[in-house]
Amino acid sequence: MNTREWRELLPRIQDLAVQQGLAYNPVEFETVPESFMMEIAVYGLPVRMPHWSFGVRYISQLIQHRMGHSRLFEVVFPGNPGRAYLARGNSLAENILVTAHVLGHADFSRSNLIFRDSQRQVGEHIVEQAATHARQIAMAIEEHGQEKVEAVLDAALALEQHIDLNHEIGREPYPQFLDPKSGIKASEFGRRFAALDPQSSETKDRAARRRAPIPPHPEKDLLWFIAQYAPELDGWERDIFLAVREESFYFYPVYATQIMNEGWASYWHARLLREADFLPQHAYVDAIKCHSDVVRPIASGEKVALAINPYHLGFSIWEDLVAKHGLAAARRTMQEDDDASFVRNHLTLELANELQLFRYKADTAGSIKVQTEDLTALHEELARPKYNFGAPSIAAAEVQVDGTLVLAHDHHCDGRGIDIERAAKVLEYIQRVWRRPVLLKTIDGDGRPVEIKTP
Amino acid sequence: MEMNEDKLGCTRINGWYDLFSRGARDWLRHNDKVREAVRAHLPDAIAGGDVLSGGTRTIRVPVHMLEHYHFRLRSPDQPTGVGQGAAKPGDQLRQPANDAGQSKGQGGRDDGGYEFLLEFKIEDIVDWLWEEMQLPNLKARVGKSEESDWTREGWAKRGARSRLDRRRSLKESIKRRSVHGAGPPFTDDDLRFRQLNRREQPATQAVVFMLMDVSGSMSDQDRQLAKSFFFWAVQGLRRQYRHLDTVFVAHTTEAWEFNEEQFFQVSGSGGTVASTGFNKVIEITRDKYDPGRYNVYLFYASDGDNAHSDRVDARIALDKLAEQANYLGYLEISSIAQRHLTTETAQLFTTLAQRGQPAGSFAVSQLQDIWAAVRHFFSHQARADA
Repeated sequence: MNTREWRELLPRIQDLAVQQGLAYNPVEFETVPESFMMEIAVYGLPVRMPHWSFGVRYISQLIQHRMGHSRLFEVVFPGNPGRAYLARGNSLAENILVTAHVLGHADFSRSNLIFRDSQRQVGEHIVEQAATHARQIAMAIEEHGQEKVEAVLDAALALEQHIDLNHEIGREPYPQFLDPKSGIKASEFGRRFAALDPQSSETKDRAARRRAPIPPHPEKDLLWFIAQYAPELDGWERDIFLAVREESFYFYPVYATQIMNEGWASYWHARLLREADFLPQHAYVDAIKCHSDVVRPIASGEKVALAINPYHLGFSIWEDLVAKHGLAAARRTMQEDDDASFVRNHLTLELANELQLFRYKADTAGSIKVQTEDLTALHEELARPKYNFGAPSIAAAEVQVDGTLVLAHDHHCDGRGIDIERAAKVLEYIQRVWRRPVLLKTIDGDGRPVEIKTP
Repeated sequence: MEMNEDKLGCTRINGWYDLFSRGARDWLRHNDKVREAVRAHLPDAIAGGDVLSGGTRTIRVPVHMLEHYHFRLRSPDQPTGVGQGAAKPGDQLRQPANDAGQSKGQGGRDDGGYEFLLEFKIEDIVDWLWEEMQLPNLKARVGKSEESDWTREGWAKRGARSRLDRRRSLKESIKRRSVHGAGPPFTDDDLRFRQLNRREQPATQAVVFMLMDVSGSMSDQDRQLAKSFFFWAVQGLRRQYRHLDTVFVAHTTEAWEFNEEQFFQVSGSGGTVASTGFNKVIEITRDKYDPGRYNVYLFYASDGDNAHSDRVDARIALDKLAEQANYLGYLEISSIAQRHLTTETAQLFTTLAQRGQPAGSFAVSQLQDIWAAVRHFFSHQARADA
């Protein structure tokens, strides 16, 4: 690729983006070989901790790539500065498009609330943080051996989706003692109310206080809970759990806003391309063609697709939204929503029909039937995979006297039980770091309660 | 940004990016783990491998990728999803052929989708498998029962002056001095002595006859089964016994002695006269292997369809062999249907066993059975079975 020509265009594209109202942190661009692009995509970060499961994904991706299923143009990481990696094989036209796309992402990640919150917590330098974790784990392997470190990573990475974003990344341990009037006392009213009772002295309080159970409430953040409360976890093992957890805090917004984010970036690459009168003519035409390939909802030669292309869906909703309510309203939505609310609030019936979206259901024999038109059901079907980081709702419920960790699956919330065989394997992973029995409560296929326990 | 595309990117030299491939590193680690897992189920795993093609010392075993498990909901009885395109409510759709890359958003990542070939060294496999196996009824034929001999095994920090390994000791000294800085050229801790260990060897000599029926009734699969059995038996026996003669004989209506390489390539056609094979073995034993000095073993693989006219001759020949041999093993092969050792030939061996002669039979119908057969004949417990 002729990088020089693209490098010359880069400031003009950036100027145009700013003129059009995009507000982003500076982005550092780097062109890298396809093989490296693939690794970034597989690991989710340019330099990340070693684990055999990434090797499996890497090879699968390599096979897919050889079979010609997909091609990566760019990967971008939010931060200050943001970092964008462009595939070295991109043509000039592709790179123009990709640059505009990257700026769209950078705008999104700077303004969207979920991203902002996560970026604030991981310190806007996740690429460097992840590289530090990788190094820290490499050193742990030197010191403690591959097997031991791998056992910790097996457990931590298996639980990577099980975090709780309602708490800060640097979360305090639970209070040690139950405060008998904790609910009221914190408030001004509570203080005055307590003052009315002459018996309520500090000494009496101390006598009355009871040790808080651990956990005091069902705990969704399994990574934190195990790091904090596993009976015999070594310091270096805890560090690994917290490293994985920190990366999960970074990954969550990427996951929770994929449709919006890719749609927003696609909307902006299309719009900037339209506005950029300085582009060479041939590059413009090629870039438009590339755009239509990226947002193509249905594979060529097929009439229907059984999955949606998030680029296309997001792009279409944003176009519709801007056309109807203007850019200012769209920017507000971009700041406040995640995929679930975005789809629920802004995918209208007309748009769904125009895009030919439909719900389907496969019966046990494998035949796939298109369902009746129902906008609410369609919204929920699109939002459902996004719920809870795509993982079953599992919480640490109790630590028994013998140290047994009891995990409870909220099957009411998820609508069905857990895959028992897989769960048993995950419990084995956990048991190796918890070092006491681990038990999971869920329901079986007939809705009857089941418990699986390791060992 | 990702897009579906039908052409491949070009390959080029990537300079310093090639110096570290994290993906390749983690993939190799995955393969090590697969090796450990395969080792635990070795017989099943290598049954699928092709061992006989060429004189390679490795075997390729088809294995599945390991899955890193996560909590997942049970798969719904009736999966649902959102699609896009020209479809009306009530339409029946079929799964598009190239859906693999598209559907991952809905069903979650599928990490365990591919099967691949992993190479194992045959020596390693044999090492893992033959720990416990040995020839049945092995007897000392000459003089004392055990012959021990000294072999060199590793290094020790103490030892006789004569066994001082100077090169090794110098290395230790260099290592020490590079870690702790200057010091005396040698300390006692640097010294390394060659260590000798006593290893017991059976003083006995043994000859193992591998006799294979290659007549027309043996299908290609049958022969493959027979050859696999012989292959692993030979590998294992060679590992276990340093002085072991192996003789390879194949027969149809005639019998021939082959060298090992030819034996694993051999194919034949025509009828089956088992006695020719047995007589060939008797003949070779008489010429080269005095049963007074050698432990004699015969393993015979056949589909059991011996010619009717040969019934008496085969029995006589086999009886004669039974007097000389330590053990007669019969591997009945039928890749088409499971048989239960009811053929003519099987009867001969069963009768021998019933008379208390050292003989045993085992039926195999697929590659997975081969290891059971090897175990049956060579495990500690192997003995004449009824």
